[in-house]
Amino acid sequence: MPQNETITGLGLDEYKYGFVTEDKPVFKAVPGLSSDIVRQISRHKEEPEWMLDFRLKALEVYYSKPMPKWGGDLSKLEDTLDEIYFYLKPQDQMERSWDDVPREIKDTFEKLGIPEAERKALAGVGAQYESEMVYHSLKEQWEEQGVIFESIEDGLAKHPQLFRQYFSTVVPTHDNKFAALNSAVWSGGSFVHIPKGVKVEIPLQAYFRVNAERMGQFERTLIICEEGAEAHYIEGCTAPVYSTDSFHSGVIEIVVKKGARFRYTTIQNWSNNMYNLVTQRALVHEEAKMEWLDGNLGSKLTMKYPSCFLVGERAHGEILSIAYAGDGQHQDTGGKVIHAAPNTTSQITSKSISKGLGRSSYRGLCKVYDGAVGAKSNVECDALLLDERSRTDTYPYIEIDENTASIGHEATVSKVGDEQLFYLMSRGLDEAEAMAMIVRGFIEPVAKELPLEYAIELNRLIELEMEGSVG
Amino acid sequence: MSEPLLSIRGLRAKVGGEDGEILRGVDLDLERGEVHALMGPNGSGKSTLAKVIAGHPAYEVTAGEILFEGEDVLELEPDERSRAGIFLAFQYPAEIPGVSIANFLRTAVNARLDEGEEMDVFGFQRTLTEKMEMLKMDPGFAARYVNDGFSGGEKKRNEILQMAVLRPALGVLDETDSGLDIDALKIVARGVNRLSEADEALGVLLITHYKRILNYIEPDTVHVMVAGRIAESGGASLADKLEAEGYDWLQQAAATV
Ligand SMILES: Nc1ncnc2c1ncn2[C@@H]1O[C@H](COP(=O)(O)OP(=O)(O)OP(=O)(O)O)[C@@H](O)[C@H]1O
Ligand SMILES: [Mg+2]
Repeated sequence: MPQNETITGLGLDEYKYGFVTEDKPVFKAVPGLSSDIVRQISRHKEEPEWMLDFRLKALEVYYSKPMPKWGGDLSKLEDTLDEIYFYLKPQDQMERSWDDVPREIKDTFEKLGIPEAERKALAGVGAQYESEMVYHSLKEQWEEQGVIFESIEDGLAKHPQLFRQYFSTVVPTHDNKFAALNSAVWSGGSFVHIPKGVKVEIPLQAYFRVNAERMGQFERTLIICEEGAEAHYIEGCTAPVYSTDSFHSGVIEIVVKKGARFRYTTIQNWSNNMYNLVTQRALVHEEAKMEWLDGNLGSKLTMKYPSCFLVGERAHGEILSIAYAGDGQHQDTGGKVIHAAPNTTSQITSKSISKGLGRSSYRGLCKVYDGAVGAKSNVECDALLLDERSRTDTYPYIEIDENTASIGHEATVSKVGDEQLFYLMSRGLDEAEAMAMIVRGFIEPVAKELPLEYAIELNRLIELEMEGSVG
Repeated sequence: MSEPLLSIRGLRAKVGGEDGEILRGVDLDLERGEVHALMGPNGSGKSTLAKVIAGHPAYEVTAGEILFEGEDVLELEPDERSRAGIFLAFQYPAEIPGVSIANFLRTAVNARLDEGEEMDVFGFQRTLTEKMEMLKMDPGFAARYVNDGFSGGEKKRNEILQMAVLRPALGVLDETDSGLDIDALKIVARGVNRLSEADEALGVLLITHYKRILNYIEPDTVHVMVAGRIAESGGASLADKLEAEGYDWLQQAAATV
């Protein structure tokens, strides 16, 4: 069983609601990143003056914050950061050719049965493909409902007031080092606005929109779901995102207004050289409901804790996550729920699978502020180890300042049992199939919440990972 | 084809990595179409024999052989044995949370069909529904997770459902009758008989502590295992004698060997 301790003191990141950190200013010139680069990005995007100022200030904040010491091993990250390009102009992106894409990535596309044209787009070597058509016809429907679903750049250009009203209000620049970095160099992502009372039936899929552009390594998404509105946003594709970049640091900000419901689904599958450090946060108002559904595969290190800040009475937050850590991978994932209003409720369900030298950590925060009368939170984290060498740990941080709150925390670690394997094999399933079936069963409570095609692909991906054949 | 369906010769086995032998020279021949009952005191090695036949990796066979349809199966993996036609109804079936019976069984059925020949969802559903009706199981059962939270009786019935769907050549039923109420016992026994009628070559090795099930499934032979050996074999009347006298007389005999 994992250690099930209660730790006061916040190990995740900090937020304006009174979290204190000890920042030691570290001024450091980083090759590859400079105020010139930031100016260049802003100029290239033809941004208003305020955004350039915002970026430049964020850069200062980034420089001043030390590397986090918790979570995964970031000691080699600085070298990586020295080498990367912080901004690629579209023409640079197009220069990569299909021949440069590694064999194993192509094999994976093959196994997943992804059509040729799509493979190229996913590998970042082709720009156009049919999804653009799909996107445009859906976009017309959405526009009739008054829904805005644009690239973040177009959002800023076309809806400057709305954009400025909410941008960086959920994840402020100083929140954490990587949020600051993203704020300085962000590029790509979505801008979404769902008007009051509008219910969007078809999920908004970034996938349709993004393929033509290529997923940015510093993507920034801003979503505003107005009172009583309902929508589901799906980010990312389940094919491995091939990229020569080794660093991804996104910021996702969501505002869910009174009585609204919003679900954000991400399935990310990164190549194994990738540091994936993402800040995802939602501000959930009175009687609103926010759900994060988060699947993480691949990468060298993922640090990702989707958060719900429950700021209105009876707000509800839910975080469902699945992480798969294969050989050499560390998935440090979980969630955060902050109860800042009475009768708020939350549920975190986290499932992790570790194989070989893979390591998965659940890191979660449940915070209940004084005055959040009757708040209820329940955390369930289950880890499955596929063999003797794999590893899992649990870091639940619980801070309760309200004595009427009720908090549940349950953690289990299981190993794929010999008796389970034998049982399935005695019915004719070979060992790999039997193992895959046990794993599928393990993630089923979360996977069944996914749209069917995503659930199927997620299962296929995990099977491929288990065979060790995904690059 | 003159060789027995199952032929066990001088079989010795122990738990891998440990010393004490559990099976200490088992001999048993089971012809096609026959039903053999295997009785014997707790801990005598009946389940061990069943699991060794199915290929459980925890056990190490130190001597002897198991021939199934004339082929040595000791080198085969459990899944290969299953696909060859050996079925074990477990005394304690494992739980597989998150995997529905329907999904599990369809995968198991398709595992024995050639690529491209797999059963589609609807075809499979028909077969499953039919077998569930035969065992008087609620249709909603198919959607439940394999053995997860099942009552003892439900688990046993689920084992026979799997046998009915997978249609093995040999069924080893390890105490399938324990934990079944009187009605359920009749239903399950009738189910097994129906399978024997449908496939006259079906062989059954029925491990039990009670004569009761033998009133419904008539054995051709009754074996008694004591301390890892078949101590006595005989006709159906042997079960009556055991019911009346217990195992003492056999244990004393075994101790003097
Ligand atoms: N995996 C194992 N590890 C350790 N000991 C074992 C193992 N399997 C069987 N044994 C031991 O071998 C002996 C025979 O066990 P087995 O389960 O075969 O008995 P059985 O005849 O089926 O008994 P019952 O009638 O109670 O089901 C017992 O003493 C048991 O403890
Ligand atoms: Mg037994």
